[in-house]
Amino acid sequence: MTGRADITLSVNGQSYTRRVDPRLLLSDFLRHELGLTGTHVGCEHGVCGACTILLDGRSARSCLMLAVQAHGAEVETIEGQGTVAALGPIQQAFREHHALQCGFCTPGFVMTILDMLRHHDLGDDAAIREALSGNICRCTGYEHIVNAVRALVRERGKPA
Amino acid sequence: MTGAPDAVELRPKLVGQRVRRTEDPRLLAGAGRYVDDLTPPGALHVAIRRSDQPHARIRGIGATEALALPGVVAVFDARDLEGMIRPAIPASRMAGYHATPIWPLARGTVRYVGEPVVAVLAESRYVAEDALELVAIDYEPLPFAIRAADAAADGAPLLHEDAGTNVIIAREFARGDVDAVFRDAPVIVGGRFRMTRKTAVAMENRSYLAAWDRGRAALTLHSSTNIPGIIRDVLAGCLELPGNRLRVVAPDVGGSFGGKGSLYQEEMLVAALARRLERPVKFTSDRLEDLSATSQAFDEVIEAELALDAEGMLLGLRAEVTGDIGAYSIYPWTGALEPVQVASFLPGPYRLAHYRGRVRGVLTPKPPTGPYRGVGRPSSTFAMERLIDMAARKLGMDPMEIRRRNLVTAPEFPYRTASGIVWDRSAFQECLAAACDHADYPALLRARDAARAAGRWVGIGLASYAELTGIGSRISVAPGMPINTGTETAAIRIDATGAVTAAFGIASHGQGLETTLAQVIADELGCRMEDVEVQHGDSALLPASSGTYASRSAVLAGGAATLSARVVKAKLLRAAAHLMDVPAEALEASGGIIRARSSNTSMSFQEVAQAVYAGMGRIPREQREELTASETYDPYLGTAGSATHLAMVEIDPGTYGVTVTRYVVAEDCGRIINPLIVDGQVQGGVAQGIGAALLEEVVHDDDGQCVTASLADYLVPIATGMPEIGIVHVEAVLPATLGGFRGMGEGGTIGAPAAIANAVADALSPLGIEVDTLPVTPDRIFRMVEAARLRNPGQRTGA
Ligand code: FES
Ligand code: FES
Repeated sequence: MTGRADITLSVNGQSYTRRVDPRLLLSDFLRHELGLTGTHVGCEHGVCGACTILLDGRSARSCLMLAVQAHGAEVETIEGQGTVAALGPIQQAFREHHALQCGFCTPGFVMTILDMLRHHDLGDDAAIREALSGNICRCTGYEHIVNAVRALVRERGKPA
Repeated sequence: MTGAPDAVELRPKLVGQRVRRTEDPRLLAGAGRYVDDLTPPGALHVAIRRSDQPHARIRGIGATEALALPGVVAVFDARDLEGMIRPAIPASRMAGYHATPIWPLARGTVRYVGEPVVAVLAESRYVAEDALELVAIDYEPLPFAIRAADAAADGAPLLHEDAGTNVIIAREFARGDVDAVFRDAPVIVGGRFRMTRKTAVAMENRSYLAAWDRGRAALTLHSSTNIPGIIRDVLAGCLELPGNRLRVVAPDVGGSFGGKGSLYQEEMLVAALARRLERPVKFTSDRLEDLSATSQAFDEVIEAELALDAEGMLLGLRAEVTGDIGAYSIYPWTGALEPVQVASFLPGPYRLAHYRGRVRGVLTPKPPTGPYRGVGRPSSTFAMERLIDMAARKLGMDPMEIRRRNLVTAPEFPYRTASGIVWDRSAFQECLAAACDHADYPALLRARDAARAAGRWVGIGLASYAELTGIGSRISVAPGMPINTGTETAAIRIDATGAVTAAFGIASHGQGLETTLAQVIADELGCRMEDVEVQHGDSALLPASSGTYASRSAVLAGGAATLSARVVKAKLLRAAAHLMDVPAEALEASGGIIRARSSNTSMSFQEVAQAVYAGMGRIPREQREELTASETYDPYLGTAGSATHLAMVEIDPGTYGVTVTRYVVAEDCGRIINPLIVDGQVQGGVAQGIGAALLEEVVHDDDGQCVTASLADYLVPIATGMPEIGIVHVEAVLPATLGGFRGMGEGGTIGAPAAIANAVADALSPLGIEVDTLPVTPDRIFRMVEAARLRNPGQRTGA
């Protein structure tokens, strides 16, 4: 086995330095080294989107990256979006619209939507569905997720 | 004792409200706890080397190299497990059935690609997986028949020698004189319908963690299962452990749809290994393993014929169902679960006097089939609804009209179908009418005809069905199965702090039962929802339990919750009556406060509970009762659920892709506890039904290899492929179940494949094409259109 590597990265604003195997997936690093088990793994081959995080502000699949590739990066995960007692806006919209059932896909959707809301118009349902099309949810049939995003888009338009 | 506020606000009932879910905050904040999130110190990871052969004798297994890899702790094959665990036997009283035993690892023979053969235990999952490659297995290939029709033929190679046949299930349903009816019938339609093999694809892969407590000689298994009670009971036998030293916990579970509703070899394996090694042992499946070794579903060929009179009234139905059940019968449902239900539900919600349905379940070298949302009924509804549409076309009758004439009507309930199922009163006719109303059916027909005149492939499809939900002890969920699926218990207690805890044997895995059951209990007890903690998914909560499956939890657990809450409330009011010195009948509870109607005294639940438990002597010894109850509900027969689905589709003549442009579900699910949750269940079910109709198919090639073992090959619906779904809740007479609840978790998956199949067939009807195989992929449509063009070279075939 090749030698271990030292990495330093920021996760949800907190800095971590760890020595890791070069082949350790970023998803496993977050889940099992840092104990941030809110990031889920549904396929490990880049299709389902359950493992989506933000890497330097843009959504990325943590199952397709090695932890060492995140050296020096700023990572955001579901744990940084709100707490059980004080949910963040996307999480709140999901609750309001019953956009989750088993909740397994949910962190990946929330992180994807965070990116999409920042960078895309999402002006109509077709655009919203397109934005969600890289994430699989097996429970909801997507309609309530679309409703939640539509409401978030409307909120975003309002002056602060 | 506190004085009552002047104005007593009457709290609206929670049942029926769009209450936000209790489960959501933890799941949304990333604070859910799924099995793979749990890693106790010292845990070993097990990786499994699976068979790459469909049928072979194991000549030898070499583990030396694997064992030499640093970090590998042990390697086990079936021989090493001898004496550590007994097999599970999926027994049934069904005549002619052969139960194939379930061992954790293949013993001497492998029978499908993906079957567990060798377990490698290591300090990390990475190392365990590395070591898999180093295990050497020497196979001697054995003959096999991969297709069910071949496996059922005389002289086919046997998969289980001691069964003496590959046909381990054979049953017949018969009523009336069906052959005589067919001799004289003016109209006969028939087809050979094929619902291909599917799999559940819950987003969380299966995961198991077993921990052995050396001090207590006790085992705890955390399992991503929806039947923890059943798993506890069967493992107790396999491991020879009493139930008080074996606990099975299903924490948060990331979906099941039936795929996590059977015993798995890996559950047996981690349990046996944790006890032997006295260390926690964890297994987490990857998606490839999930797609090739989680229970699969459907896979039937239904050869069926329907006879009608000239007015379109159904006269008789005959069918031969061949179910490809895979290599083993599954525990506890057996391989009969799926195909037998196809034959028993085939007559559907229709008035039909003459029926003969024969069914065979055939062993083939593929993963075992088991429950998947809808069980049997997606296939039976697909075949029957296709026949109805084919008949309507032959008679020149509207598909809605032919259904209206034949659906059982209100005065006919309870109606016994030709296969012996009894339909409790349900809104069969009303659902058909409501779906067509909601969609403005006449306008849709005009739109379709205009599109068709312009050469576009547009079609409309209807599907009506009924199902049994909340089945009680009278009927076994699977035929002849020796477990009790007909009762449910709720143990409710008000503790010394006044808090309410309600324990159930169900195991919610996305259905939001923590919320809906709290709604029911809060209403019955007269407390706030947030005062109620619902516990479930843990075999230690109750003496006996099974889990959540077969659309039973709202009906059974809701009924048990009602019964127990009533007993607890009566005790609470008796105690309060003594403390407040008024008759119990003069008290009412609301929002966690007990008030006297006539005077302005009141006490909180907390005050009464403290007096009962801590206030020595405040209640006389002979009157003091614990504020607890454990009541069991058995709906005996259960009740029917019914619906009509309507789909409109357009087929792209360039890509042959199908777009669902309109979708309506009108359903009767009785009294609704939470409309938000019901809508979510319908939408999710329809999505899976659309997947079954258009995308999903597990394919095994002629060599027995699964060629759809990634999510790039086994396609499930994504957001862009789903229409918005119009949902109509039809208010009909409530069923006789306690609370008036019907089950409704599976309906979407039952109606959608048939509705889509009928819509696609309608779209292609100008070409004379009938849909008989699902999914109707672009490839299948292309081939059907090409064949039609060869049949009718002159005909215009669309754009
Ligand atoms: S787990 Fe990363 S995309 Fe599925
Ligand atoms: S909520 Fe279960 S997979 Fe999306």
